Amino acid sequence: MPEYETHEHDVLVIGAGGAGLRAAIEAAGSGVSVGVLSKSVLGKAHTVMAEGGIAAAMGNVDDRDNWRVHFADTMRGGQYLNHPRMAELHAKEAPARVRELEAWGALFDRTKDGRILQRNFGGHKYPRLAHVGDRTGLEMIRTLQDNGIHRGMTVHMECTVITLLTDGGRIAGAFAYERERGRFKLFRAKAVILATGGIGRAYRITSNSWEYTGDGHSLAYHAGASLMDMEFVQFHPTGMVWPPSVAGILVTEGVRGEGGILLNKEGRRFMFDDIPANYRAQTADNEDEGWRYTQGDRNARRPPELLTRDHVARCIVREIREGRGSPHGGVFLDIAWIKKRLPHSAEHIRKKLPSMYHQFKQLADIDITAEPMEVGPTTHYMMGGVRVDADTQMSDVPGLFAAGECAAGLHGANRLGGNSLSDLLVFGQRAGRFAAEFAKSNRQTAVDPEQVDEAARTALAPFARTSAENPFNVQHDLQSTMQDLVGIVRRESELTRALECLESLEKRAAGVAVAGNREYNPGWHTALDLRHLLTVSEAITKSAVERKESRGAHFRDDFPAKDEAYATFNIVVRRGADGSMQIRREPLPAMTDEQKSTIEEMK
Amino acid sequence: MSDTPNFRVWRGDAGSGEFRDYSVEISPGMVVLDVIHRIQAEQAPDLAVRWNCKAGKCGSCSAEINGMPKLMCMTRLNQLDLTKPVTVEPMRAFPLIRDLVTDVSWNHKVKTGIKPFKPRKPDAADGTWRINEGDGDRVQEFRKCIECFLCQDVCHVLREHHMNDQFIGPRFFVYTAALEMHPLDVENRLGDLKQRQGVGYCNITKCCTKVCPEEIKITDNAIIPLKERVVDEFYDPLTRLFRMFTGSDSGRVD
Repeated sequence: MPEYETHEHDVLVIGAGGAGLRAAIEAAGSGVSVGVLSKSVLGKAHTVMAEGGIAAAMGNVDDRDNWRVHFADTMRGGQYLNHPRMAELHAKEAPARVRELEAWGALFDRTKDGRILQRNFGGHKYPRLAHVGDRTGLEMIRTLQDNGIHRGMTVHMECTVITLLTDGGRIAGAFAYERERGRFKLFRAKAVILATGGIGRAYRITSNSWEYTGDGHSLAYHAGASLMDMEFVQFHPTGMVWPPSVAGILVTEGVRGEGGILLNKEGRRFMFDDIPANYRAQTADNEDEGWRYTQGDRNARRPPELLTRDHVARCIVREIREGRGSPHGGVFLDIAWIKKRLPHSAEHIRKKLPSMYHQFKQLADIDITAEPMEVGPTTHYMMGGVRVDADTQMSDVPGLFAAGECAAGLHGANRLGGNSLSDLLVFGQRAGRFAAEFAKSNRQTAVDPEQVDEAARTALAPFARTSAENPFNVQHDLQSTMQDLVGIVRRESELTRALECLESLEKRAAGVAVAGNREYNPGWHTALDLRHLLTVSEAITKSAVERKESRGAHFRDDFPAKDEAYATFNIVVRRGADGSMQIRREPLPAMTDEQKSTIEEMK
Repeated sequence: MSDTPNFRVWRGDAGSGEFRDYSVEISPGMVVLDVIHRIQAEQAPDLAVRWNCKAGKCGSCSAEINGMPKLMCMTRLNQLDLTKPVTVEPMRAFPLIRDLVTDVSWNHKVKTGIKPFKPRKPDAADGTWRINEGDGDRVQEFRKCIECFLCQDVCHVLREHHMNDQFIGPRFFVYTAALEMHPLDVENRLGDLKQRQGVGYCNITKCCTKVCPEEIKITDNAIIPLKERVVDEFYDPLTRLFRMFTGSDSGRVD
């Protein structure tokens, strides 16, 4: 029988990025014992990569901004599939969460009168993103980390969850392994918060780190919770495309926010050619107005480069497919051109976009103050996730909560830039608060030793196999399947083929062998990740088949138009009694009269 | 330049280890971390390495490449002489876990011992603060730190003299400087710096500054100003006199 250590916490937080740390701080502050499981070393979570900023309607730069405008922007961006209550809570609470970070030591860029500076971003009507240069994510995670370590929480680093444990339908804890020695750990907990981030590693080209293998999505699904909106995967329009080894690394939207423009190989600013009807009224129709907007002119409308990410990504794909792309299969993103408009532009670019300057200089030998970058779409963010209660963030499984990227609802069919960091703070705080309340009013449930032994045996099985199947190869083939068949532009025949491929990959995954021993073994870890990757890939593909229209981030070549019949429901995925994946349509939550009138007013 | 240059990678654990040679096919733009991943996928699936963002932002993939402390994800092969084997080994100032992975937990313990951020009372009517543009600039340099711990790895007070219980190392002087110079912070950390954290042991050889991937001027902008503050606090005759009469452990009157 496999051995394991047992730990006990009132609230167990799985994930130590922005959402996990914010949840842990909140729960610890309410007096319950908190354990945090971090897949990496503390402070390395993918949140550090966020560049642009935190969206919060503080109105520091433009006093016309308020929660109603932010709410309407978020709903419009999400094509009205968002959970309206979540979008409202998010817009209302984000400013307080940002100020709280400042009180904990975060040092944001300032306005002339000494308040927190806010910048423009795609889909946001007014300058709304509180930021620190282009390293806002690092500032946020460091602030939460440095605050959290003084709150008495226990952090278990480099610890990966294999399965959640339930008792009579309620959460009982989690079974995990720590990488350093490869030993198993059993965590008993009254409440568990999933804050595991996204699924980007299901694709070949991604801005996401190795950790993003859909763990929370898959753990929740296998524990009986529902997933929602899984067809909506955000492809960020601007990832690096050259050299090949850096393909997918993010180029912040902040480049466009500071005046960067997209050009095809003919030098044409192609974004002006295709402005969707619902954004026409608020988009500039000439270059001069677009430039003035980026420089803070309140009467100017935003340039088309700052349309929503789904739209910009598809325009880029169109240019590339029709033969107007750049030499390495992208398009050009040019910020150097602003030298025509600004004195000392090189210095200005280095000050506003230091990480981008650094990244291109070091990895691609490109000086972005003097020459254009080559960019193309990269898998970036998962709108879909665990279906949760809007107020408490609790899933269908009592005691199991989810927050941040691994939860669904806030972003609908497409997320606006900047709404992710605010999501982590607002719903991380809520998940922490309500999980602590749940833990206080419920007793610890029993852990079934049979469940634990079964999980341990399955996890160790690859060591006993002698087959030639290597987990890295299976992962690689899965990434190619999703990239080629379930990417930005989808069609039924390819989706069906993807499902067949996934079925055979599942068989291969069940037969992978691992070399070496249990101590810090990446091959073993990859073998354990495969189950999560397969689960989320199947959920994405099946949901994409179900939605026979194009909306937000989900584009169907065979159904290229939006279909009003599909505007009334979310697609929900759940494990059936026979273990197979069930897809159903759930009507959208009803909107309040105030929400309806706010949306109408801002149209 | 050979298309399959040789990489000499440290394999082993706390007990024993050795360099092992791997020849790897390379392609344009590759960084050392790509090489390690290729070895992992094709030749040694159990080769242990830490990494996350692969873009120089998380500070996970620190190692010593041809003896120089660097981030593997930001070291391009065209910066290296590939006619000779390239050595890749773990940071040597920390206990080895396996292969390229070291135990950096000491750093986390040190941080917990540093007095946390303590802001002054909010001064604006809306319950927040006004901070002048520019007042935070000095601190922003320190807050760029990605905690790769390469500065700790190269600091001889830690690496050669193992004074880990009396000296917090360059990373945490940068951290302390960020707190001490934060425009809102009112905590006093000078006593700790002098007595428990050993700022005096740094003899400003600037090795840390040279290896910092974020190009933070660690010695000039963080450590030397902290040393000056400690001197002002504890060795200035007027302050000492003031302390004798008031019994206060701080000469500051704010």
